[in-house]
Amino acid sequence: MTATLLDAPAVRAAPPRRRRKARISWWSLLYLAPALAFFGIFVLLPIVQSIRISFYDWDGITVASPTGLANYVAVFSDSDLREALLHSLVLLVFYSALPVGIGLVLAGAMSRIRIYGLTVFRAVLFLPQVLSSVVVAVAWREILADDGPLNAALRAIGLGAVARSWLGDFDTALPSIGVIGTWVEYGLCMVLFLAGIATIDRSLYEAARLDGAGAIREFTDITLPALRPQISIALILTITFALRNFDLIWNTTRGGPGTSTTVPSVYVYEDAFQNRALGRASALAVVLTVVILVLVGAVQLALRERPEGPSRGWRGRRARRRV
Amino acid sequence: MRATPRDSAVTHAVLVVAALIAAFPFASVIVTSLRSDDGGVGVANYGQAWAQGGFGSALLSSAIVAFTVVATTAVVACLAGYALAHMRVPGEKLVLGVLIVGLVLPYEVTVLPLYQMLSGWGLVDTYWALILPQVGLSVPLGVFWMRSFFKTVPGELLDAARMDGASSLRILCSVLVPVALPAIATLATILFLFTWNEFLLALILVPQNEAVQTAPLSLSFFSGAEHGAKPAITAAAAVLVALPIVVAYVILQRRLITGLTEGAVK
Repeated sequence: MTATLLDAPAVRAAPPRRRRKARISWWSLLYLAPALAFFGIFVLLPIVQSIRISFYDWDGITVASPTGLANYVAVFSDSDLREALLHSLVLLVFYSALPVGIGLVLAGAMSRIRIYGLTVFRAVLFLPQVLSSVVVAVAWREILADDGPLNAALRAIGLGAVARSWLGDFDTALPSIGVIGTWVEYGLCMVLFLAGIATIDRSLYEAARLDGAGAIREFTDITLPALRPQISIALILTITFALRNFDLIWNTTRGGPGTSTTVPSVYVYEDAFQNRALGRASALAVVLTVVILVLVGAVQLALRERPEGPSRGWRGRRARRRV
Repeated sequence: MRATPRDSAVTHAVLVVAALIAAFPFASVIVTSLRSDDGGVGVANYGQAWAQGGFGSALLSSAIVAFTVVATTAVVACLAGYALAHMRVPGEKLVLGVLIVGLVLPYEVTVLPLYQMLSGWGLVDTYWALILPQVGLSVPLGVFWMRSFFKTVPGELLDAARMDGASSLRILCSVLVPVALPAIATLATILFLFTWNEFLLALILVPQNEAVQTAPLSLSFFSGAEHGAKPAITAAAAVLVALPIVVAYVILQRRLITGLTEGAVK
């Protein structure tokens, strides 16, 4: 299912007179060996280990005792972990749905006009993506602080009653983290969609206009279907970011106040390296991985390019890779 | 096609607001970092942050790790991408399928066993603990990237070189890599960014040795509540950590983003 992620478009876009490759070459394995060795030893092997540990009760020091599925039962029955999974769902809205939505609306408006200074806009909108999440956390902690610019602005317009320590308040900490996520991701979505829109044949819009289609019809009938690959990649990137999301939370709230901003990855870290509950940490990490793979697969499946869809050449394909 | 001037003005205004919002947090950190105790403006906070946080060593560590990871990944990705693009690899489907999972994998599922494995080898708190896993985690993107680029090189070119008696390694080095240099540069830029900013692996794999800690990790410790640095000094530290990446971004943003929109906006 996920095998279509990057493979299919490459095959589709292959030049028409593609040669048949020669016989199976065992030499080729020599070329693959270094890459597969790094990947196998430092990625695959640890995953297999994680799966194995998830079936044990282990503190990392004494002998591990097999517990069957107990760790997985704990993941879904422990109220703290269930709460963390719920927080992840809330963050999915902020990190994925909102940025993609904002990006689509803005990109839709931009498809109708010629944009001046596009390069500059693009560079600035993309900036949050290149900053280290620790820098992002430091910046936003300051903005949302008690004496930060946000509260100063609220007090200046007479909304001083709303002002608070946004990340330290039980009611606002999670949405605040969500807003930071929206901020990190919306520029990426816009840049992706703008790139997609630029590949749309202008004459489609002219034809639609001759048919009397309005802005909304243009958007739903031309822009939206043509952006399918970009929407797909935007969803995959933002969903993955939303569900991982260790860095930002660790450097803003560490899951607090109380447990109001806990997410699974914070528990994975704490259980593995602080609470010495290695089995439970591994089970949670495995569940997190499966959830991500399933969601990515579902997005792939739902938004895969239909054969009759507008054909996108190498530009669309490369755009996916660039992220 | 013509949209009304009003449409155009409104859309540009929205775009300006969106860009201002994107730039505001970083601009705000810079402003804070320049504020001195007496209400004046100056760079004194930078000196203090540099002295207190050991950011010279941290930036050097980040550079060492990032350059090594990028160079190693580029080499192994070229070799593997070449094989997958132009040779018949036994079990090709399996290899591709396994690598694809690596593209969306949460690192969280690898960190605990990685820590145990590297600590068993005595490598925790060394550069190796950051370099080796990050090469492994960069391999999927690198291999797919190079494979897709090498596929665009016509096989006839390779056949011609082969008839001239070039070995397959020779073909890679003197035919494919030279034409792929721009693609390799873009890949290197992206991997550099990811590696420079990586936080979780650094937190787990080099927790005790300040000498090899990378810039984001140092900043995280420095800005942590226990450290109690003043906001202005923390802000200066954040700018110090972000600066190399932002400078590189300003220079390379065309490569990075135009790559994204390549050939589209002409």
